[in-house]
Amino acid sequence: MSIRGAASIAGIFEHPTRHAPDKSLAQLHAEMAKGALEDAGLSKDDIDGYFCAGDAPGLGALSMVDYLGLKPRHVDSTDTGGSSYLLHVSHAAQAIAAGKCDVALITLAGKPRSDGMATGTAPRIVAPTVPDAQFEQPYAPTIANMYAMVAMRHMHEFGTTSEQLAWIKVAASHHAQHNPHALMRNVVTVEEVVNSPLVADPLHRLDCCVITDGGGAIIVTRPEIAKGLKKPVVNVRGAGEAPKHTDGGKVDLSYCGVRFSGRDAFAEAGVAPSDIKYVSIYDSFTITVLMQLEDLGFCKKGEGGKFVSDGNLISGVGKLPFNTDGGGLCSNHPANRGGLTKVLEAVRQLRGEAHPAVQVKNCDLALASGTGGSLGTRHGAATLILERA
Amino acid sequence: MMSATQGKIAAPVPNVETQAYWDGANAGKLLLKKCRSCGQHHFYPRALCPFCYGETDWVEAKGTGEIYSFSVMRRAQVPYAIAWVSLAEGPAIMTNIVNCDFDKIRIGQRVKVTFVPAENGQRVQMFEPAD
Repeated sequence: MSIRGAASIAGIFEHPTRHAPDKSLAQLHAEMAKGALEDAGLSKDDIDGYFCAGDAPGLGALSMVDYLGLKPRHVDSTDTGGSSYLLHVSHAAQAIAAGKCDVALITLAGKPRSDGMATGTAPRIVAPTVPDAQFEQPYAPTIANMYAMVAMRHMHEFGTTSEQLAWIKVAASHHAQHNPHALMRNVVTVEEVVNSPLVADPLHRLDCCVITDGGGAIIVTRPEIAKGLKKPVVNVRGAGEAPKHTDGGKVDLSYCGVRFSGRDAFAEAGVAPSDIKYVSIYDSFTITVLMQLEDLGFCKKGEGGKFVSDGNLISGVGKLPFNTDGGGLCSNHPANRGGLTKVLEAVRQLRGEAHPAVQVKNCDLALASGTGGSLGTRHGAATLILERA
Repeated sequence: MMSATQGKIAAPVPNVETQAYWDGANAGKLLLKKCRSCGQHHFYPRALCPFCYGETDWVEAKGTGEIYSFSVMRRAQVPYAIAWVSLAEGPAIMTNIVNCDFDKIRIGQRVKVTFVPAENGQRVQMFEPAD
């Protein structure tokens, strides 16, 4: 069974806030749900499938369906970190194709900015029953230094430079200047990125994403239902997912799980990288983008540095416009999880609703991709190919 | 930038599956698991081989290897160097590189094991330059 053509994205919402100390976490989830329903022209009681991940408080989806007043016949709280929501779109399409629900709601919300969380630079607390914890926690792995080791290895194997990675941030900043809600709206230069303080060699402060409160939501439904609603229909054409890990010590940081999720998504969609008009690529760090672009096949392995240089990712300038909302690098990284906002900007592009300064002409086919967890140890990966109906 | 270790080393929490590894560390030995069926070493150690689910035995590693990748965590109260070190036996192992100039750490550098007490006194493996 394929999900190709089985489901459409009918509603999206991104909360304009980037700092929400005055709202509770559950309240934010409700505002996301309401926003996406309004966008779709649906009401709460139309929802019969609910999807959330580790940012949602409570046991799986249970506390949230209670708080939100939902009575779903299908729930899924699969957590693969920041990539969860890309995977949820795929799982929602699977559930719809199997007749397990008709209108699926996916929500994401978080308040790391209000909570003053040292998101990427402090070791996370890991339960001692987690089998890798005792062998890794003594060495103070953080999000930043785990991604940094991937970048360091890439530089060693392929000659990638900090200046090349910086181009990814530069491109995001060119887009963010047009997004009134973006946390960082200033256009930055390669020099500014490489001269910003080192966080974890070789990643600089401006190689890192922003830390924001907020979130968003997505409504996935049957194409027949989507056709009768308010917004231009965006169909799910293909999807793939894959975890990647340390493989018993056969550690290989030269690729990420998107090698497999992308392969499967392209195969299901029956299209190639050259067919894609716009990409949303999860950008927790600049290296996260570079790895995925290579593993998706937009360039050869090892040539990502050259590929992203000289504005090639800037809409209207380069060959592959990416993250035209400013992405996680400049606009929004709610709950420290960037997968959901990747879907949102891809849908805006396919609807023709992106900011006119960054809207891609004739954008009929887009890709959204992400990883979640730690690129340097174990992570989830998910890729979606979306098309304008 | 010269530094011995991070400021405070989090104490590992052994369990019945892994206690021998930590007893070995306290005795100055780096232990690995080797599979009785496929003959491969793996890390971190498991009772059943992650490659074939065969039974495994503890074996002592030579304690030498080379740096596969690393990063100096500059934005920490006490900067430290985290790394994946590829052991002579094959598996890569997460560690800190210590007793060296952080600015001279290189991928491919030969390193050897040393043991450093964590905050509760349990000794944990770390690596230092071999040459």
